[in-house]
Amino acid sequence: MLLLTCPHCGPRDETEFSCGGESHIARPSLEATDDAWADYVFFRTNPMGVTFERWRHAYGCGCWFNVARDVVNHRILATYAMTDPKPATSETAISNGLQQSAELAR
Amino acid sequence: MRSNYLFPESARFYEHSLRLYERLGRELDFNIMFSQRGMLTLAHSRHDLESQRRWANAMRLNGVDSELLDTDEVAELVPALDCSPSARLPVMGGFIQKRGGTVRHDAVAWGYARAADALGVDIIQNCEVTGFELSSGGAHTVKTTRGTIGADRIGLATAGHTTTLADMLGFRLPMTSYALQAFVSEPLKPVLDTVVLSPACGVYVSQSDKGELVVGGGLDLYASYAQRGNLPTVEQTLRGLLTLFPSFSRLRMLRQWAGIVDVVADSTPVLGRSPIPNVFLNCGWGTGGFKAIPAGGWCFAHTIAKNEAHPLTAAFGLDRFARGALIDEAAASGIAH
Repeated sequence: MLLLTCPHCGPRDETEFSCGGESHIARPSLEATDDAWADYVFFRTNPMGVTFERWRHAYGCGCWFNVARDVVNHRILATYAMTDPKPATSETAISNGLQQSAELAR
Repeated sequence: MRSNYLFPESARFYEHSLRLYERLGRELDFNIMFSQRGMLTLAHSRHDLESQRRWANAMRLNGVDSELLDTDEVAELVPALDCSPSARLPVMGGFIQKRGGTVRHDAVAWGYARAADALGVDIIQNCEVTGFELSSGGAHTVKTTRGTIGADRIGLATAGHTTTLADMLGFRLPMTSYALQAFVSEPLKPVLDTVVLSPACGVYVSQSDKGELVVGGGLDLYASYAQRGNLPTVEQTLRGLLTLFPSFSRLRMLRQWAGIVDVVADSTPVLGRSPIPNVFLNCGWGTGGFKAIPAGGWCFAHTIAKNEAHPLTAAFGLDRFARGALIDEAAASGIAH
Protein backbone atom coordinates (compact mmCIF):
# COMPACT_ATOMS: atom_id res chain seq x y z
CA MET A 1 0.00 0.00 0.00
CA LEU A 2 1.39 3.38 -1.00
CA LEU A 3 0.98 6.61 0.91
CA LEU A 4 1.24 9.34 -1.72
CA THR A 5 1.50 13.04 -0.97
CA CYS A 6 -0.73 15.14 -3.19
CA PRO A 7 0.89 18.61 -3.52
CA HIS A 8 -2.53 20.16 -2.91
CA CYS A 9 -4.21 17.85 -0.38
CA GLY A 10 -1.33 16.21 1.48
CA PRO A 11 -0.74 12.54 2.28
CA ARG A 12 -3.50 10.21 1.10
CA ASP A 13 -4.05 6.50 0.54
CA GLU A 14 -3.08 5.06 -2.88
CA THR A 15 -6.71 4.19 -3.67
CA GLU A 16 -7.41 7.92 -4.20
CA PHE A 17 -4.83 8.13 -6.99
CA SER A 18 -4.33 6.82 -10.47
CA CYS A 19 -0.92 6.31 -12.03
CA GLY A 20 -0.34 7.98 -15.40
CA GLY A 21 2.89 6.17 -16.24
CA GLU A 22 6.33 7.51 -17.08
CA SER A 23 6.87 11.25 -16.76
CA HIS A 24 9.25 13.70 -18.48
CA ILE A 25 8.60 12.30 -21.96
CA ALA A 26 9.23 14.96 -24.60
CA ARG A 27 6.99 15.05 -27.67
CA PRO A 28 8.99 14.87 -30.90
CA SER A 29 8.61 17.42 -33.69
CA LEU A 30 5.88 16.85 -36.28
CA GLU A 31 8.58 16.08 -38.85
CA ALA A 32 10.05 13.30 -36.71
CA THR A 33 10.41 9.81 -38.20
CA ASP A 34 7.97 6.96 -37.55
CA ASP A 35 10.58 5.37 -35.29
CA ALA A 36 10.82 8.54 -33.19
CA TRP A 37 7.02 8.69 -32.89
CA ALA A 38 6.85 4.99 -31.96
CA ASP A 39 9.47 5.61 -29.29
CA TYR A 40 7.46 8.54 -27.94
CA VAL A 41 4.10 6.76 -27.95
CA PHE A 42 4.99 3.19 -26.96
CA PHE A 43 8.58 2.70 -25.76
CA ARG A 44 9.22 3.23 -22.05
CA THR A 45 12.11 3.20 -19.65
CA ASN A 46 11.37 0.41 -17.21
CA PRO A 47 14.27 0.37 -14.76
CA MET A 48 14.53 -1.99 -11.82
CA GLY A 49 15.08 0.92 -9.44
CA VAL A 50 13.99 4.56 -9.36
CA THR A 51 11.27 5.62 -11.80
CA PHE A 52 9.77 9.04 -12.40
CA GLU A 53 6.07 8.88 -13.03
CA ARG A 54 2.94 11.00 -13.26
CA TRP A 55 0.15 10.48 -10.76
CA ARG A 56 -3.27 12.07 -10.50
CA HIS A 57 -5.29 12.65 -7.36
CA ALA A 58 -8.27 11.18 -9.23
CA TYR A 59 -10.64 10.82 -6.26
CA GLY A 60 -9.56 14.09 -4.67
CA CYS A 61 -8.61 17.44 -6.16
CA GLY A 62 -7.78 16.01 -9.60
CA CYS A 63 -4.27 17.47 -9.51
CA TRP A 64 -1.52 15.90 -11.65
CA PHE A 65 1.95 15.71 -10.10
CA ASN A 66 5.23 13.82 -10.38
CA VAL A 67 6.52 11.07 -8.12
CA ALA A 68 10.01 9.57 -7.93
CA ARG A 69 9.52 6.03 -6.68
CA ASP A 70 11.69 2.97 -6.24
CA VAL A 71 9.72 0.19 -7.98
CA VAL A 72 11.60 -2.60 -6.18
CA ASN A 73 10.75 -1.59 -2.59
CA HIS A 74 7.91 0.86 -3.41
CA ARG A 75 9.57 3.67 -1.45
CA ILE A 76 8.46 7.18 -2.47
CA LEU A 77 11.60 9.27 -2.92
CA ALA A 78 10.18 12.61 -4.00
CA THR A 79 6.90 14.28 -4.92
CA TYR A 80 7.13 17.37 -7.12
CA ALA A 81 5.12 19.56 -9.47
CA MET A 82 4.40 18.61 -13.09
CA THR A 83 6.63 21.36 -14.45
CA ASP A 84 9.57 20.72 -12.11
CA PRO A 85 12.67 19.08 -13.55
CA LYS A 86 13.57 15.48 -12.70
CA PRO A 87 15.13 15.51 -9.21
CA ALA A 88 18.44 13.84 -8.40
CA THR A 89 17.83 10.68 -6.42
CA SER A 90 20.77 10.63 -4.00
CA GLU A 91 19.93 10.40 -0.30
CA THR A 92 20.21 14.21 0.27
CA ALA A 93 18.09 14.95 -2.74
CA ILE A 94 15.55 12.47 -1.48
CA SER A 95 15.24 14.10 1.93
CA ASN A 96 15.05 17.53 0.26
CA GLY A 97 12.32 16.19 -1.98
CA LEU A 98 10.37 14.81 0.94
CA GLN A 99 10.73 18.10 2.79
CA GLN A 100 9.58 19.96 -0.27
CA SER A 101 6.51 17.83 -0.66
CA ALA A 102 5.73 18.23 3.03
CA GLU A 103 5.94 22.01 2.58
CA LEU A 104 3.73 21.83 -0.46
CA ALA A 105 1.23 19.79 1.55
CA ARG A 106 1.02 22.56 4.11
CA MET B 1 -6.29 -22.17 -21.01
CA ARG B 2 -8.21 -20.67 -23.90
CA SER B 3 -7.94 -19.32 -27.43
CA ASN B 4 -10.82 -16.83 -27.32
CA TYR B 5 -9.22 -14.06 -29.33
CA LEU B 6 -10.78 -11.66 -31.79
CA PHE B 7 -8.16 -10.89 -34.42
CA PRO B 8 -7.10 -13.64 -36.89
CA GLU B 9 -3.38 -13.24 -36.01
CA SER B 10 -4.03 -13.91 -32.31
CA ALA B 11 -6.66 -16.59 -32.91
CA ARG B 12 -4.36 -18.62 -35.20
CA PHE B 13 -1.47 -18.46 -32.75
CA TYR B 14 -3.37 -19.20 -29.53
CA GLU B 15 -5.46 -21.91 -31.19
CA HIS B 16 -2.21 -23.59 -32.28
CA SER B 17 -1.07 -23.35 -28.66
CA LEU B 18 -4.26 -24.93 -27.36
CA ARG B 19 -3.90 -27.78 -29.87
CA LEU B 20 -0.31 -28.36 -28.78
CA TYR B 21 -1.51 -28.44 -25.14
CA GLU B 22 -4.09 -31.08 -26.11
CA ARG B 23 -1.28 -33.53 -26.86
CA LEU B 24 1.47 -32.13 -24.63
CA GLY B 25 0.97 -34.64 -21.81
CA ARG B 26 1.56 -37.56 -24.20
CA GLU B 27 4.47 -35.85 -25.91
CA LEU B 28 6.25 -35.08 -22.64
CA ASP B 29 5.15 -38.38 -21.08
CA PHE B 30 4.08 -36.35 -18.06
CA ASN B 31 0.61 -35.83 -16.62
CA ILE B 32 0.09 -32.08 -16.98
CA MET B 33 -3.47 -32.47 -15.63
CA PHE B 34 -4.95 -30.74 -18.66
CA SER B 35 -8.67 -30.43 -18.07
CA GLN B 36 -10.85 -29.01 -20.85
CA ARG B 37 -13.61 -28.07 -18.46
CA GLY B 38 -14.66 -24.99 -20.40
CA MET B 39 -13.97 -21.32 -20.04
CA LEU B 40 -17.09 -19.27 -19.35
CA THR B 41 -17.11 -15.49 -19.82
CA LEU B 42 -20.02 -13.70 -18.16
CA ALA B 43 -22.08 -10.81 -19.52
CA HIS B 44 -23.57 -8.37 -17.00
CA SER B 45 -25.18 -5.82 -19.28
CA ARG B 46 -26.78 -5.48 -22.72
CA HIS B 47 -23.52 -4.01 -23.97
CA ASP B 48 -21.63 -7.05 -22.68
CA LEU B 49 -24.12 -9.30 -24.51
CA GLU B 50 -23.70 -7.40 -27.76
CA SER B 51 -19.91 -7.32 -27.66
CA GLN B 52 -19.78 -10.99 -26.65
CA ARG B 53 -21.99 -11.90 -29.59
CA ARG B 54 -19.45 -10.21 -31.87
CA TRP B 55 -16.53 -11.80 -29.99
CA ALA B 56 -17.96 -15.35 -30.01
CA ASN B 57 -18.85 -15.09 -33.69
CA ALA B 58 -15.37 -13.77 -34.54
CA MET B 59 -13.96 -16.83 -32.80
CA ARG B 60 -16.19 -19.14 -34.86
CA LEU B 61 -15.13 -17.38 -38.06
CA ASN B 62 -11.54 -18.07 -37.00
CA GLY B 63 -12.36 -21.76 -36.59
CA VAL B 64 -12.37 -21.70 -32.77
CA ASP B 65 -15.29 -23.19 -30.83
CA SER B 66 -17.57 -20.87 -28.86
CA GLU B 67 -21.18 -21.00 -27.71
CA LEU B 68 -23.40 -18.19 -26.53
CA LEU B 69 -25.41 -18.91 -23.38
CA ASP B 70 -28.43 -17.25 -21.79
CA THR B 71 -28.85 -16.71 -18.05
CA ASP B 72 -30.63 -20.05 -17.47
CA GLU B 73 -27.90 -21.97 -19.26
CA VAL B 74 -25.22 -20.18 -17.21
CA ALA B 75 -27.12 -20.92 -13.98
CA GLU B 76 -27.39 -24.59 -14.91
CA LEU B 77 -23.67 -24.79 -15.69
CA VAL B 78 -22.55 -22.96 -12.52
CA PRO B 79 -25.16 -23.47 -9.77
CA ALA B 80 -23.04 -21.64 -7.17
CA LEU B 81 -23.15 -18.43 -9.20
CA ASP B 82 -25.59 -15.75 -8.06
CA CYS B 83 -27.79 -15.45 -11.14
CA SER B 84 -30.68 -13.71 -9.39
CA PRO B 85 -31.98 -10.45 -10.90
CA SER B 86 -31.18 -8.70 -7.60
CA ALA B 87 -27.45 -9.46 -7.83
CA ARG B 88 -25.14 -6.45 -7.68
CA LEU B 89 -24.16 -7.19 -11.30
CA PRO B 90 -26.92 -9.47 -12.63
CA VAL B 91 -25.76 -12.25 -14.96
CA MET B 92 -27.45 -11.63 -18.33
CA GLY B 93 -25.71 -14.44 -20.20
CA GLY B 94 -22.27 -15.30 -21.39
CA PHE B 95 -20.32 -17.48 -23.73
CA ILE B 96 -18.21 -20.54 -23.32
CA GLN B 97 -15.22 -22.02 -25.10
CA LYS B 98 -15.66 -25.66 -24.13
CA ARG B 99 -12.15 -26.68 -25.19
CA GLY B 100 -10.73 -24.10 -22.76
CA GLY B 101 -9.88 -25.14 -19.24
CA THR B 102 -7.02 -25.56 -16.80
CA VAL B 103 -3.56 -27.11 -16.70
CA ARG B 104 -1.36 -27.74 -13.69
CA HIS B 105 1.37 -25.12 -14.06
CA ASP B 106 4.08 -26.94 -12.08
CA ALA B 107 3.55 -30.07 -14.16
CA VAL B 108 4.08 -28.09 -17.36
CA ALA B 109 7.40 -26.75 -16.01
CA TRP B 110 8.50 -30.18 -14.73
CA GLY B 111 7.44 -31.98 -17.90
CA TYR B 112 9.23 -29.53 -20.15
CA ALA B 113 12.35 -29.53 -17.97
CA ARG B 114 12.60 -33.32 -18.01
CA ALA B 115 11.96 -33.56 -21.76
CA ALA B 116 14.46 -30.78 -22.54
CA ASP B 117 17.07 -32.37 -20.28
CA ALA B 118 16.57 -35.71 -22.06
CA LEU B 119 17.23 -33.94 -25.38
CA GLY B 120 20.56 -32.65 -24.04
CA VAL B 121 19.53 -29.10 -23.09
CA ASP B 122 21.54 -27.66 -20.18
CA ILE B 123 19.30 -26.01 -17.60
CA ILE B 124 21.39 -23.88 -15.25
CA GLN B 125 19.40 -22.83 -12.20
CA ASN B 126 20.08 -19.89 -9.86
CA CYS B 127 22.27 -18.26 -12.45
CA GLU B 128 21.72 -14.56 -13.08
CA VAL B 129 22.72 -12.78 -16.28
CA THR B 130 24.92 -9.81 -15.35
CA GLY B 131 25.82 -8.51 -18.79
CA PHE B 132 26.70 -9.12 -22.43
CA GLU B 133 29.83 -8.49 -24.45
CA LEU B 134 28.89 -6.66 -27.60
CA SER B 135 30.94 -6.68 -30.77
CA SER B 136 30.26 -5.52 -34.31
CA GLY B 137 28.47 -8.75 -35.23
CA GLY B 138 26.17 -8.64 -32.20
CA ALA B 139 26.31 -10.13 -28.70
CA HIS B 140 28.32 -13.35 -28.52
CA THR B 141 29.11 -13.62 -24.83
CA VAL B 142 26.65 -13.79 -21.94
CA LYS B 143 28.15 -12.90 -18.56
CA THR B 144 26.51 -14.61 -15.60
CA THR B 145 27.04 -15.04 -11.86
CA ARG B 146 28.48 -18.49 -12.66
CA GLY B 147 30.83 -17.57 -15.48
CA THR B 148 30.60 -16.57 -19.13
CA ILE B 149 28.77 -18.44 -21.86
CA GLY B 150 29.61 -18.09 -25.54
CA ALA B 151 26.69 -18.09 -27.96
CA ASP B 152 26.09 -17.68 -31.69
CA ARG B 153 22.49 -16.68 -31.07
CA ILE B 154 20.79 -15.53 -27.89
CA GLY B 155 17.08 -15.68 -27.00
CA LEU B 156 15.61 -13.47 -24.30
CA ALA B 157 12.66 -15.15 -22.57
CA THR B 158 12.63 -13.53 -19.15
CA ALA B 159 9.03 -12.26 -18.81
CA GLY B 160 8.78 -9.26 -16.45
CA HIS B 161 12.53 -8.68 -16.45
CA THR B 162 13.06 -8.47 -20.22
CA THR B 163 13.78 -4.75 -20.20
CA THR B 164 16.50 -5.33 -17.57
CA LEU B 165 18.35 -7.46 -20.15
CA ALA B 166 17.52 -5.03 -22.98
CA ASP B 167 19.06 -2.21 -20.89
CA MET B 168 22.29 -4.26 -20.70
CA LEU B 169 22.18 -4.69 -24.47
CA GLY B 170 21.44 -1.01 -25.05
CA PHE B 171 18.00 -1.02 -26.66
CA ARG B 172 14.55 0.05 -25.54
CA LEU B 173 11.32 -1.95 -25.50
CA PRO B 174 7.67 -0.88 -25.47
CA MET B 175 7.07 -2.51 -22.10
CA THR B 176 6.36 -1.74 -18.48
CA SER B 177 6.62 -4.28 -15.66
CA TYR B 178 3.67 -4.73 -13.31
CA ALA B 179 2.77 -7.05 -10.46
CA LEU B 180 -0.01 -9.57 -11.16
CA GLN B 181 -1.54 -11.28 -8.15
CA ALA B 182 -3.20 -14.64 -7.69
CA PHE B 183 -4.84 -16.35 -4.74
CA VAL B 184 -5.53 -19.90 -3.62
CA SER B 185 -8.20 -20.71 -1.04
CA GLU B 186 -8.52 -23.54 1.43
CA PRO B 187 -9.84 -26.74 -0.22
CA LEU B 188 -13.57 -27.16 -0.74
CA LYS B 189 -15.75 -30.02 -1.89
CA PRO B 190 -16.43 -29.85 -5.64
CA VAL B 191 -18.38 -26.65 -6.28
CA LEU B 192 -17.16 -25.31 -9.61
CA ASP B 193 -16.31 -27.46 -12.63
CA THR B 194 -15.58 -24.77 -15.20
CA VAL B 195 -13.44 -21.63 -15.37
CA VAL B 196 -15.51 -18.49 -14.76
CA LEU B 197 -14.34 -15.08 -15.94
CA SER B 198 -16.24 -11.88 -15.28
CA PRO B 199 -14.61 -8.85 -16.92
CA ALA B 200 -17.07 -6.54 -15.14
CA CYS B 201 -16.17 -7.95 -11.70
CA GLY B 202 -12.48 -8.06 -12.61
CA VAL B 203 -12.04 -11.65 -11.50
CA TYR B 204 -11.63 -15.19 -12.79
CA VAL B 205 -11.88 -18.37 -10.77
CA SER B 206 -11.60 -22.13 -11.14
CA GLN B 207 -11.36 -25.04 -8.73
CA SER B 208 -8.20 -27.13 -8.65
CA ASP B 209 -8.17 -30.93 -8.39
CA LYS B 210 -7.20 -30.53 -4.72
CA GLY B 211 -10.41 -28.53 -4.20
CA GLU B 212 -8.82 -25.12 -3.75
CA LEU B 213 -10.30 -22.16 -5.56
CA VAL B 214 -7.70 -20.52 -7.77
CA VAL B 215 -8.55 -16.83 -8.11
CA GLY B 216 -7.01 -14.10 -10.22
CA GLY B 217 -7.78 -10.50 -11.01
CA GLY B 218 -6.32 -7.50 -12.74
CA LEU B 219 -2.88 -5.92 -12.47
CA ASP B 220 -1.71 -3.67 -9.67
CA LEU B 221 -1.92 -0.58 -11.86
CA TYR B 222 1.52 0.96 -11.41
CA ALA B 223 5.01 -0.21 -12.31
CA SER B 224 6.52 -2.70 -9.87
CA TYR B 225 9.32 -5.23 -9.53
CA ALA B 226 8.30 -6.03 -5.94
CA GLN B 227 7.11 -9.61 -5.96
CA ARG B 228 4.22 -8.95 -3.66
CA GLY B 229 0.96 -7.31 -4.52
CA ASN B 230 -0.77 -4.47 -2.77
CA LEU B 231 -3.89 -4.75 -0.64
CA PRO B 232 -6.29 -2.55 -2.67
CA THR B 233 -6.00 -5.00 -5.58
CA VAL B 234 -6.56 -7.96 -3.23
CA GLU B 235 -9.67 -6.27 -1.91
CA GLN B 236 -10.97 -5.45 -5.38
CA THR B 237 -10.43 -8.97 -6.70
CA LEU B 238 -12.04 -10.69 -3.73
CA ARG B 239 -14.90 -8.18 -3.77
CA GLY B 240 -15.48 -9.22 -7.37
CA LEU B 241 -15.43 -12.89 -6.39
CA LEU B 242 -18.04 -12.36 -3.66
CA THR B 243 -20.22 -10.35 -6.03
CA LEU B 244 -20.40 -13.45 -8.24
CA PHE B 245 -20.43 -16.10 -5.50
CA PRO B 246 -21.85 -14.71 -2.22
CA SER B 247 -21.60 -18.24 -0.75
CA PHE B 248 -17.78 -17.97 -0.79
CA SER B 249 -17.88 -15.15 1.79
CA ARG B 250 -16.42 -17.17 4.66
CA LEU B 251 -13.78 -18.88 2.57
CA ARG B 252 -10.22 -18.35 3.76
CA MET B 253 -7.33 -17.75 1.41
CA LEU B 254 -4.30 -19.94 1.93
CA ARG B 255 -1.83 -18.34 -0.44
CA GLN B 256 -1.35 -15.06 -2.26
CA TRP B 257 1.53 -14.05 -4.48
CA ALA B 258 2.48 -11.64 -7.25
CA GLY B 259 4.51 -12.30 -10.35
CA ILE B 260 6.12 -9.56 -12.44
CA VAL B 261 4.75 -9.35 -15.97
CA ASP B 262 5.86 -7.25 -18.94
CA VAL B 263 2.89 -5.42 -20.40
CA VAL B 264 2.75 -4.03 -23.95
CA ALA B 265 0.31 -1.31 -25.04
CA ASP B 266 -1.57 -3.56 -27.49
CA SER B 267 -1.68 -6.73 -25.30
CA THR B 268 0.09 -8.75 -27.97
CA PRO B 269 3.48 -10.35 -27.31
CA VAL B 270 6.71 -9.35 -28.99
CA LEU B 271 8.32 -12.34 -30.66
CA GLY B 272 11.06 -12.05 -33.23
CA ARG B 273 14.22 -10.10 -33.92
CA SER B 274 15.68 -7.45 -31.63
CA PRO B 275 17.71 -4.44 -32.78
CA ILE B 276 20.82 -6.62 -32.25
CA PRO B 277 21.24 -9.08 -35.15
CA ASN B 278 21.82 -12.30 -33.17
CA VAL B 279 19.56 -11.54 -30.20
CA PHE B 280 15.91 -12.66 -30.36
CA LEU B 281 12.95 -11.54 -28.29
CA ASN B 282 10.22 -13.62 -26.66
CA CYS B 283 8.49 -11.18 -24.33
CA GLY B 284 5.53 -8.91 -23.72
CA TRP B 285 3.25 -11.78 -22.71
CA GLY B 286 1.79 -9.62 -19.98
CA THR B 287 -0.82 -11.39 -17.89
CA GLY B 288 -1.49 -14.25 -20.29
CA GLY B 289 1.64 -16.12 -21.28
CA PHE B 290 0.87 -19.50 -19.73
CA LYS B 291 -1.62 -20.55 -22.39
CA ALA B 292 0.92 -19.59 -25.05
CA ILE B 293 3.85 -21.66 -23.78
CA PRO B 294 3.83 -24.50 -26.35
CA ALA B 295 3.21 -22.27 -29.39
CA GLY B 296 5.49 -19.51 -28.09
CA GLY B 297 8.33 -21.99 -27.67
CA TRP B 298 7.57 -23.60 -31.04
CA CYS B 299 7.67 -20.31 -32.93
CA PHE B 300 10.63 -18.96 -30.94
CA ALA B 301 12.71 -22.05 -31.75
CA HIS B 302 11.85 -21.58 -35.44
CA THR B 303 12.80 -17.88 -35.25
CA ILE B 304 16.18 -18.56 -33.64
CA ALA B 305 17.04 -21.53 -35.87
CA LYS B 306 16.04 -19.93 -39.18
CA ASN B 307 16.71 -16.28 -38.33
CA GLU B 308 13.23 -15.38 -39.57
CA ALA B 309 9.77 -15.14 -38.02
CA HIS B 310 7.50 -18.18 -37.93
CA PRO B 311 4.36 -17.52 -40.04
CA LEU B 312 2.22 -17.74 -36.87
CA THR B 313 4.16 -14.93 -35.18
CA ALA B 314 5.14 -12.84 -38.22
CA ALA B 315 2.77 -10.08 -37.04
CA PHE B 316 4.23 -10.04 -33.50
CA GLY B 317 7.53 -8.34 -34.36
CA LEU B 318 9.00 -5.31 -32.63
CA ASP B 319 8.65 -3.37 -35.90
CA ARG B 320 4.86 -3.25 -35.60
CA PHE B 321 4.95 -0.19 -33.34
CA ALA B 322 6.60 2.12 -35.88
CA ARG B 323 4.37 0.72 -38.64
CA GLY B 324 1.25 1.24 -36.55
CA ALA B 325 0.32 -2.41 -37.15
CA LEU B 326 -0.86 -3.05 -33.59
CA ILE B 327 -2.98 -6.09 -32.73
CA ASP B 328 -4.98 -4.53 -29.96
CA GLU B 329 -7.04 -7.30 -28.37
CA ALA B 330 -7.80 -5.16 -25.32
CA ALA B 331 -9.31 -2.37 -27.37
CA ALA B 332 -11.12 -4.76 -29.70
CA SER B 333 -12.83 -7.04 -27.24
CA GLY B 334 -11.60 -6.26 -23.76
CA ILE B 335 -9.21 -9.22 -23.68
CA ALA B 336 -6.47 -7.96 -21.43
CA HIS B 337 -4.08 -10.66 -22.68
